[in-house]
Amino acid sequence: MKILVCISHVPDTTSKINFADGDTRFDTNGVQFVINPNDEFGLTRAMWFKEKQGAAVTVVNIGGPETEPTLRKALAIGADEAIRVNAQPTDGFFVATQLAKVVQDGGYDLVIAGRESIDYNGGMVPGMLASLTGANFVNTCIGLEIEGSEASAIREIDGGKETVKCSLPLIIGGQKGLVEESDLRIPNMRGIMMARQKKLTVLEPEDLQSRTSVVKFEKPAPKGEVKLVSPDNLDELIRMLHNEAKVI
Amino acid sequence: MSILIYTESEEGKLKKTAFEIASYARALAGQTGDTVTAVAVNVDNTSELGNYGVDKVLKVSDEKLSRFNARAYADVIKQAAEKEGAKMVIISSSANDKYLAPILAVNLQAGYASNVVALPESTDPFRVKRTAFTNKAFNITEISTDVKLIGLSKNSFGLKEAEGSASEEAFAPSLDDKDFAVRTESVDKTTGKVTIADAEIVVSGGRGLKGPENWGMIEELADVLGAATACSKPVSDMGWRPHSEHVGQTGKPVAANLYVAVGISGAIQHLAGINASKVKVVINSDPEAPFFKAADYGVVGDAFEVVPALVEKLKEFKAQNS
Ligand SMILES: Cc1cc2nc3c(=O)[nH]c(=O)nc-3n(C[C@H](O)[C@H](O)[C@H](O)COP(=O)(O)OP(=O)(O)OC[C@H]3O[C@@H](n4cnc5c(N)ncnc54)[C@H](O)[C@@H]3O)c2cc1C
Ligand SMILES: Cc1cc2nc3c(=O)[nH]c(=O)nc-3n(C[C@H](O)[C@H](O)[C@H](O)COP(=O)(O)OP(=O)(O)OC[C@H]3O[C@@H](n4cnc5c(N)ncnc54)[C@H](O)[C@@H]3O)c2cc1C
Repeated sequence: MKILVCISHVPDTTSKINFADGDTRFDTNGVQFVINPNDEFGLTRAMWFKEKQGAAVTVVNIGGPETEPTLRKALAIGADEAIRVNAQPTDGFFVATQLAKVVQDGGYDLVIAGRESIDYNGGMVPGMLASLTGANFVNTCIGLEIEGSEASAIREIDGGKETVKCSLPLIIGGQKGLVEESDLRIPNMRGIMMARQKKLTVLEPEDLQSRTSVVKFEKPAPKGEVKLVSPDNLDELIRMLHNEAKVI
Repeated sequence: MSILIYTESEEGKLKKTAFEIASYARALAGQTGDTVTAVAVNVDNTSELGNYGVDKVLKVSDEKLSRFNARAYADVIKQAAEKEGAKMVIISSSANDKYLAPILAVNLQAGYASNVVALPESTDPFRVKRTAFTNKAFNITEISTDVKLIGLSKNSFGLKEAEGSASEEAFAPSLDDKDFAVRTESVDKTTGKVTIADAEIVVSGGRGLKGPENWGMIEELADVLGAATACSKPVSDMGWRPHSEHVGQTGKPVAANLYVAVGISGAIQHLAGINASKVKVVINSDPEAPFFKAADYGVVGDAFEVVPALVEKLKEFKAQNS
């Protein structure tokens, strides 16, 4: 089985988000980049398929040279090889189209992407990729088993979960649940050394028009002061929630 | 021309978000001079949509669509959009709508903006505001394609009633077997409980509650408020509560009217996921807990005293106001 894991290179969850050039560009100054958390769960599940079912695992990012440390980290965790498509992504459709080329050329049976990238929160790349390539698609995937060419997946739905079945090739939008938090792996020294020797192929992008573009960023308006209520005066809290906030 | 909305339903009844996107589409139609057409799948009574400004409802009834299937539903909406010649298609931000949206966008060759929080600031060029960086920022996104797909964030626009009534038309899209290649085998859903996604009020508990045995008071507080229960990440990691209750940046997003956090410190990853909620109440024994900076109302106190007292007071309040 050939697995492709899509890796979005995103600011660490604790990053302060600032903008530059008149709020037209995300300011990467001082920002630590990591593997998108949803993709880390997916990558760890891919390692399971590698170790238990002999799958070959490739990781891919659409991005500039600055994303290579993130790909190397994925290699250190255990992926066999990496691909970087050398382009600055402009929207989810652009990313999906570049990925579609990689998927078609590589003949992958399973593509593991994340439900959402925590930077632009598009939530669209895996679904678009599935539409572009004609593969089956399961979103908000929290469990995945493969037997031969058949997949059984658990999908989180509002208020519960459902089990679905389909044949490969399959693309998933994964998240926590694919593996547990405690299964996530921190690369060890040996992994880091080996990652340096692994193949990282750089491909040139397909020429393509984006369908959307970011014109400007804004930060949320600063929050007003919290209104503190004494534990002995909870009636006042209820009154304010009823009369002032009008939420109860 | 018409703006097409897909009005989501559950067990044959329209969801509240259906009325919110109808309200949004009506206001947008006011700017552009379009009409509003809704497409509804297996919903018996759609007359209420007229009260929110929908002019026409395309009613699909098809046994094959009795269970949600992203490709099939995307196909239905695509065919409805083509039939109406719609240049703008509006859907909600529910898990199912987010599942079908990217498929629909590719099939309609539409630019798609998700998590949209306001009417377009201009329609030519078409620019809308959406959230990014998990609620730490907004961005103005320009959609440059002829057909535009918008996913509206829950509770960002609200319900706006309008005068009028909607005409109805049966609509029978032609579905392909390939639409059903992903087969649902079983559904495991708690019934009779408000879900985090649909809830207007969410009551959430953190590590400050010390152990799973102390969740009784959280459930009571949720009951009296008609709320869903949620929790912080460590609480689900330790197995005190199910993963489905984990909210935050790596868990479920919450966009409720009221979010009550009990014994949660307010870590940045937690806040990112719940910040879209309108009003936040924090109950925490530590006056320095970072959550107070993000809260609208706060009670500095021991949850084991404050929560039971609050439940009693709310019961009295509900008795008087019902
Ligand atoms: C400094 C910097 C600036 C950027 N500027 C922009 C910008 O202005 N506009 C913009 O749209 N994007 C920009 N990106 C790219 C952004 O990080 C995303 O890769 C891309 O936009 C898709 O975003 P999304 O929210 O639609 O992804 P989603 O659809 O939410 O992503 C879902 C999943 O798709 C996969 N995926 C997403 N992106 C990639 C990728 N690049 N490579 C491989 N797999 C991926 C991952 O598995 C991810 O979990 C920038 C990235 C960097 C590092
Ligand atoms: C990559 C990444 C992603 C993450 N994603 C998420 C996420 O999605 N969601 C999330 O929640 N976290 C997430 N976290 C974890 C986050 O950083 C915090 O560790 C977590 O939110 C803390 O949970 P807590 O507030 O329940 O516990 P704590 O931080 O331990 O806080 C407990 C609070 O309870 C208070 N308390 C104690 N006793 C009482 C009492 N008797 N009465 C009242 N209050 C009391 C304390 O004062 C304290 O403020 C993530 C972390 C990382 C690194």
